[in-house]
Formats: sequence, C-alpha cells, structure tokens
Amino acid sequence: MFTLSLATRRRTKERVMHALLRSAAFINMGALLAVCSFVAWNGAQAISWAFLTQPPRNAMTEGGIWSCILGTVLLASGALAVSFPLGVASAVYLHEYARDSRFARYIRLGVNNLAGVPSIVFGLFGMSFFVIACGLGISLLSGILTLSVLTLPVIISTAEEALRQVPMTCREASLALGATQSQTIFRVVLPSAMPGMLTGAILGLARAAGETAVIMFTAAVFFAKPDTGSLLRPVMALPNHIYVLATSSTDMEKTMPLQYGTALVLVLLVTGMNLAAILMRDRLQNRRHP
Amino acid sequence: MSSGRVRIERLIRFALAGIAGCSLIMLAMIMVFLFLEGLPVFRNLGPGDFFLGMGWHPTAEPPEFGILPLMAGSVAVTLVSSAMAIPLGVMTAAWLAEIAPAPLRRVGKPMIELLASLPSVVVGFFGMVVMAPLLQDRFNIATGLNLFNAGLMLALMSVPTICSVAEDALRAVPVSLREASLALGATRWETTVKVVLPAARSGIGTACMLGMSRSIGETMVVLMVAGGAGMLPGSLFDPVRPMPASIAAEMAEASFRGAHYHALFAIGMVLFLFTLIFNVTAQRITEKSRRVPD
Repeated sequence: MFTLSLATRRRTKERVMHALLRSAAFINMGALLAVCSFVAWNGAQAISWAFLTQPPRNAMTEGGIWSCILGTVLLASGALAVSFPLGVASAVYLHEYARDSRFARYIRLGVNNLAGVPSIVFGLFGMSFFVIACGLGISLLSGILTLSVLTLPVIISTAEEALRQVPMTCREASLALGATQSQTIFRVVLPSAMPGMLTGAILGLARAAGETAVIMFTAAVFFAKPDTGSLLRPVMALPNHIYVLATSSTDMEKTMPLQYGTALVLVLLVTGMNLAAILMRDRLQNRRHP
Repeated sequence: MSSGRVRIERLIRFALAGIAGCSLIMLAMIMVFLFLEGLPVFRNLGPGDFFLGMGWHPTAEPPEFGILPLMAGSVAVTLVSSAMAIPLGVMTAAWLAEIAPAPLRRVGKPMIELLASLPSVVVGFFGMVVMAPLLQDRFNIATGLNLFNAGLMLALMSVPTICSVAEDALRAVPVSLREASLALGATRWETTVKVVLPAARSGIGTACMLGMSRSIGETMVVLMVAGGAGMLPGSLFDPVRPMPASIAAEMAEASFRGAHYHALFAIGMVLFLFTLIFNVTAQRITEKSRRVPD
C-alpha cells in the first residue's frame, strides 16, 4: 500500500513538474505573440501605400517612411556586401586550411569575443574610427562599415558550420582526381556549402537591419532627403526613426500611428528575414537527414 | 604540379589567412580606440572619483563624473532580468530537449529563435507604450519606466540566448545516461533533474553567462524603458540609468573631446570589460568541460 502511494506520488510530481516546464515554454511563446500581435494590430491601421512610398512631411507628423525604409535597406545590404565575402573567406581559412592551429585558435577566440561586444561599444568604435579618424563623417558609408564589423561574427560562425556539413569524401574525391586544394574549395566545397552560408547571410542582414545603437552614432539622422544617392551623406533608418519618434516627439497624438506603422514595417522586415532563414535551414537539414 | 600553380596555392592560402586575421584586428582596434578616447578622462580626475563617485552630473558646474550609480544601474537590471530569464530559459530548454512531443518542438524551437530576432528598439517601444502604463496602474507607482520594467524587457531578450545554448548542452548528454536512469526505475522527471541537468551543468553555466552578457550590454531597451535617473536604486520600482543608456543618451550633447566625451568613452571601456569578463568566463566553462569529460 505504501509503495503504491509512493509510486503515485512520484508520478504526480512528474506530471506537475512537466506542466511547470511546459508553462515556462508557453510564457516565452506567449511573449513573442504578444509583442508581434500588439505591433501588428496597431501598425496595420497606419500602413498604406502612401505611408510606404512617401517621405516624411511637416516635422515628421505626416507623410510616410520611404526615406527610412530606403536607408535601412541600403545600410543592411551594404554591410552584408562587405562582411559576407570577408566572413566566408575567414571561415574557409579556419575550416579548410588552419583547422586547429594556434593562429586559428586565436582567431576563433577573437570572433567569439567580437560577437559578445555590446552594440553601443560598436557605436563608439564606429564613431571614433570611421566617422572621426577616417573622416567619413556621419554617413551611410560609416554606418555600413561599422555594421559590417558587427555582422562579421554571425557570418563566420554560420559559414564555418556550413563547411562542416560538407562530407569529407567530397574533398577527398576532388583531390584524388588531381585538383589542387583551392580548386577543390572553389569548385566542390563552396558550391555545396553555399545554401547554408546564405542562411547565415540572411541572419546577418536581419541583425544589421534591426540594429539601432550603432547607426545612431555613425549613420542615422532624424531627417534627411531621401534621394541623395551618395555614400557620404547621412541617412534615415527605421530603428532610429522609431526611437526618436517614441522618445522626443513633440506631438505624440499625431505621431503615434506613425510609430506603430514604422515598428510593424521593421518587425516584418527583420523577423520575416529570420523566419526565412530558419525555414531554409530546416529544409537543408531535412534534405541531409530525411 | 607546376611551380606556378604551387605559388598560386600559397598566395590564396596567405590571402585567406590575412582576411581571417581581420576579426582579430577589428577587436584590437575596438579596444585601442575605446582606450584612446576613454583614458584621457583620468587627466584631471582620479580613478577613485570616477569609479566610486556617487554623482553623475556631467553638465553641472563643476561637473561630476562618478559612475557608481550607472554601474549599479547596469548590475541591477542584469540581476533582475537574470532572476526571470535564467529559470525561464533553462526550464524552456529542458522542456524542448526532454519532454516536448515532436510536433510541439517543431513549432516551439523556431518561435524561441524568432523571439531573439525582435529588434531591440521594438522591444523597448513595447515596454514604453504597453508595459509602462500597465505597471503604473497595476502597482500605483509614479512611473512605469523603471528597473522592473527594464529587467522584464531584457529578460524577454536574453531568454532565447539562454534557452538555445542550454538546449544544445542538454542534447549533448548521451542517451545511454538517460536509459540507465530510466532502467533503474527513475521517472522521466527524476532522470531530467538528477541525471541530465547535472551532466549538462557546464553548458547551462555558459548559457547563463551569455544571457547576462546580453542583458548588461543591451542599449535600446534600457535607454527607452529604465527611466534614466542616475542614482542608486532603492527598490524594484525605482528608475535607473544603466551604463549603455548614459552613453547613448548623452553622446549627442557632449562637446567633442571634452571631459564629458572622454567620460562617456571611459564608460564604454568599463562596459566592454564587463562583457569581456562574462564572455571569457563562458568560454572557460566550455573549455573546462571539454577537457574533463564526465
């Protein structure tokens, strides 16, 4: 009788504890849904074709956010254009050439720590180096370069992971046919690792697009003409626009819909890209282990 | 192989090594520029006045640059957010790795990853417009922009980090350990708590460190939600001014290469060292566990 009750107690405990763990997981998912649905609900009313395609007017209280969308797209894609080739080349060196040499260990240590540097510190660095020391000023180019340093660790670690997934036998077959190591890398290894690397590229793009603290110091201003087409001019950007409108707007009532609308566009952009990367990665994994 | 081909191969290897070195160079440059612009603050200010000074009044006459309240603010928001994020993150990881049925896990895992992808400015915005009024009404306090709100929003952002690193650690525990425990008659819960969690403890330690590092370095959330009062927090609902918030809010008004400007870079230096300590500790824990397989 006693043992039965002990067994029951243990089983009840298990059930209670599992329910507890499940509720912890549901709290997190609930938080995601709460933030997303709040932004979507309020933002949807503000979004129209005009909102997306017109520059802001009348001290930010009217008009759209076209300048911000353009600025964010330019900043993020520019940063990726710099960091993707550099990141892939670094990963190729680490995985295909250096392996576990001392130099490679130092580089990995550097990449890991670079990934942990707070974004505000990247902002300070970008300001003192690119903006002031290099004389680029508060500009699109300064922002692109600073963001490319910030996204470099993401690109390197996902690219290295993608290289790890390429079977050793592919390399051996290529080498056995008389190809040199670089031929093997460019014709065999890179093509088959490319989908995985592109997943990392999307993650880097999303990271750069959502970043605020960095561009506040290096690239973004509250207002700029949208169609300058110069790398050395400051730009407007979605994250900075939300921050400025939310904290120092003079007419909250009029700008509130603009804030929600901008937040929704930014979330759609960043979270959408992340979702795409996650789906892509899952498909790659399923193809490998069906 | 022709000697030209050999030379090309060597050249490619050399170029790739050079590019790979960029990350190290960039990390070094970040440190050099922080110290270059930060250290001049000590020209006419003792380190004691800077690190232990109680007042942060950069625009007063004479100005005061004591960063103790700012450091206290950073530590306080990190502790509050960790108190929520660590249990929540580890429990979610345990659920994903040990208990969740496959279809739920396939939905749950990407959702946690998407939570990590929310731009920090949007989380800060949510804290300002939704959470702050809610707290203000609920607890009848002067302002909803305070330590608790900032901690809550930071927890939202560090849970995914903690969860994914901890889940990897739990998954790395060999199945044979679980089987042995279950074969001895332990329930699944007992197996999780007494066998799997202890075996994965170093990975979970790494997860906590990385989560805390993310909390202490996060800027936009504390800038928008923490309230911005540069004083030692006395209660959970006091407004605080963590280090990143101070840098972000004041840089625009600090005169170029003035005392205030250098002081803000010096705060950046302190912040960089804080996160470096967290990250190096995290890496140490991982390395140690790799060397001694238990």
